[in-house]
Amino acid sequence: MIAEVGLAALWLAASLALLQFALSLLGQRIGELRTMVVPVAVAQGLLTLLSFLLLILLFVRTDTSVQLVVANSHSAKPLIYRIAGTWGNHEGSMLLWVTVLTVAGALLAIVERRLPERTMRATLGAQALLALGFFGFLLIASNPFTRLNPAPDNGQGLNPLLQDPGLAFHPPTLYLGYVGLSIAFSLAVGALVTREVGPAMAKAMRPWVLGAWVLLTIGIVAGSYWAYYELGWGGWWFWDPVENASLMPWLAATALLHSINVLAARGSLRAWTIMLAVVAFSMSMIGTFLVRSGILTSVHSFAVDPTRGSFILGLLVFYTGGALLLFALRVSSVREGARFDPVSREGALVANNLLLTVILGTVFVGTLYPVLVEAVTGEKISVGPPYFNAVTGPIVLLLAALLFIGPLLRWRRDSRPNLRRVALPAIVTVVAFAATFVWPAMHLLPRLGLAFAAGLFVASFLPLAGRNLRRTPLTIWGMVLSHLGIAIAMIGVAADSSLTRETLAAARPGETLSVGPWQVRFVGVDPVGGPNWTAIEGHLVATRGETSIRLDPQSRYFNSPPTETNESAIATRLDGQLYTVLGHRDGDRWQLRLWWKPMVTLIWLGGGFIAFGGFLALIGRIRREKFRPTVFTEARA
Amino acid sequence: MSLAPKHQRLVLVSLAVVALIGAALLAMWGLADKAAYFRTPQDVAAGRAEVGVPLRLGGMVKAGSIARAGDGVTVNFTLTDGVADVPVRFRGIVPDLFKENSGAIAEGSLGADKVFVADNILAKHDERYMPPQMGNQAAEMKTRETAK
Repeated sequence: MIAEVGLAALWLAASLALLQFALSLLGQRIGELRTMVVPVAVAQGLLTLLSFLLLILLFVRTDTSVQLVVANSHSAKPLIYRIAGTWGNHEGSMLLWVTVLTVAGALLAIVERRLPERTMRATLGAQALLALGFFGFLLIASNPFTRLNPAPDNGQGLNPLLQDPGLAFHPPTLYLGYVGLSIAFSLAVGALVTREVGPAMAKAMRPWVLGAWVLLTIGIVAGSYWAYYELGWGGWWFWDPVENASLMPWLAATALLHSINVLAARGSLRAWTIMLAVVAFSMSMIGTFLVRSGILTSVHSFAVDPTRGSFILGLLVFYTGGALLLFALRVSSVREGARFDPVSREGALVANNLLLTVILGTVFVGTLYPVLVEAVTGEKISVGPPYFNAVTGPIVLLLAALLFIGPLLRWRRDSRPNLRRVALPAIVTVVAFAATFVWPAMHLLPRLGLAFAAGLFVASFLPLAGRNLRRTPLTIWGMVLSHLGIAIAMIGVAADSSLTRETLAAARPGETLSVGPWQVRFVGVDPVGGPNWTAIEGHLVATRGETSIRLDPQSRYFNSPPTETNESAIATRLDGQLYTVLGHRDGDRWQLRLWWKPMVTLIWLGGGFIAFGGFLALIGRIRREKFRPTVFTEARA
Repeated sequence: MSLAPKHQRLVLVSLAVVALIGAALLAMWGLADKAAYFRTPQDVAAGRAEVGVPLRLGGMVKAGSIARAGDGVTVNFTLTDGVADVPVRFRGIVPDLFKENSGAIAEGSLGADKVFVADNILAKHDERYMPPQMGNQAAEMKTRETAK
């Protein structure tokens, strides 16, 4: 019964999306009826949410008459993983995607009061059209509520790699970010339709882009840490196509976040900002296509099903192509923005956008090239870290250098660029570069990375110089913290890539291994058990000077489905992490893999700073908007 | 230096085009230099793998070929596609699903002694997560065996 209600709610929501689209098309011709568009958007969001909640209920109950539950769950799983299992599969994750899409549309319909009514209606029409396509995909090609008859006794379980707290919130956060960008897309399309591209649209779009960007950042950082400790490979970013699929919308959103400020504050970069809004959500859809079509392989590819792949590809081509066509037709009607000098805040932001675009372009090419080559020549190639590091690394350094000066420049024109203020970070950079020769064997890129990161660390505080700190707006604090976060993360990345020490050996109980500054004694192993797994647990005691820590890495065996996983044991110290993995048995010896990773935690700490800065800026924007009279209240007064 | 709005837009558009061309050139340079090719043991036997050039070698782990070296962490085994065999040496912890008669991809490069030195081994995760490349290979091997 629950499954049927869920499916009915989906169909109803889909028809409401159709109605919403029709209402926004008919517009003025239907008189007062047009105001229905808002309640329809809200009802559509609520119905989809209901359908998603019902699917969660089915997973919680382990209803074995539903095919999806049988294939991806098991009653022996802890409650939290039964809930998280809802989106740990293709159909459930697509339902989550559509839920976020429609709920975001409903929120936009409720809160947005600044845009002219016509533009608002066009925006909601665009959002409805987006929702329609994905409703179609759900209902036709990936129905999550399909029944199974006869019902088996229990489910088949979930991939143990996915049985982890990471799964509980990594995908939902990423999806909120991905799909939050759909609002930017719809606002851009709406503004193009009614020829209202301008600061008002930028101000309406900005909180959504900020919010989506913050969530994307958190999702990527959390996903990176999850991969780091769960896979037991000691790496935090593999340039796996699926990781790239989340990085590309983030890069586009980062560029958009900066250009939208130019449009909101100065009215410039109109066409470019619209273009970025379209590209950012297109990157989200490309990500979904790459992950869901099965043309890429990883833990993320749930199903290899060509129909689904072509369906999403069709949606992608339709929406992106349609938006770009509209852009091409309307771009001549987009008014010119205010002028600015090359040396100005705008100029720096343009440079930021160009550099981010270059990174986006090279990541995009590197990710899709293997797919293309295989389709054309049948030759199989893989593009991995050597390519991505070499190509993106130097541009990231340029971006960091740009951050020394960019935030200090004035809008429109800066006749006396604050060269004196840049002297400090420049000196810090040079000194830090010299200091890296403490480690003679380091490669050039990490060396420069450390140097520029040190410079940026200082430079990011400079916008606060000469300000009354109590009266500095939250948006400025947000920018400072985000830029500081980049410096922190860069230090972590450079340190991890060049200072990590590794020891791999087979050890007998009682033996002592050394890694970096640590002496690690292998005490022995014990069998342990969990709710749906058994494991061999290794006992290690690591000592450095006076400190002594216990680490217990496990090698786990899950019974449904039968799989083995490594649970690494990680000890976090102020100056880095000791990372240990228990391997296989070899006679009376056990394989042990130990890493000492100095400063590695700075990677995620920096990521956290970046996201937190975005969050502060978002709060600052919302508060400012609240206390400022809107166009509507002015008109009424 | 101050430009008319129209010229300013022209400059911005040209900059964007330059950036995109730059990205494309950068990507092409990187790809020509650093892309790893996927090879089968048959390819390697036919000389389609240069010594020291990074590549991925995919095949089945030959029955009875897995041998642990004395240090306990080096594994020697043979990857086969039913036509040719390539010896592989790997130092590290093999994935849990790495076993005989099962598919695996070795990432690394061919040594001067014609032994493939792997820095990483990817094994099939479970029934649902098979790399498409290996899916094809398994089918091809089956066809060959049936034909015999």
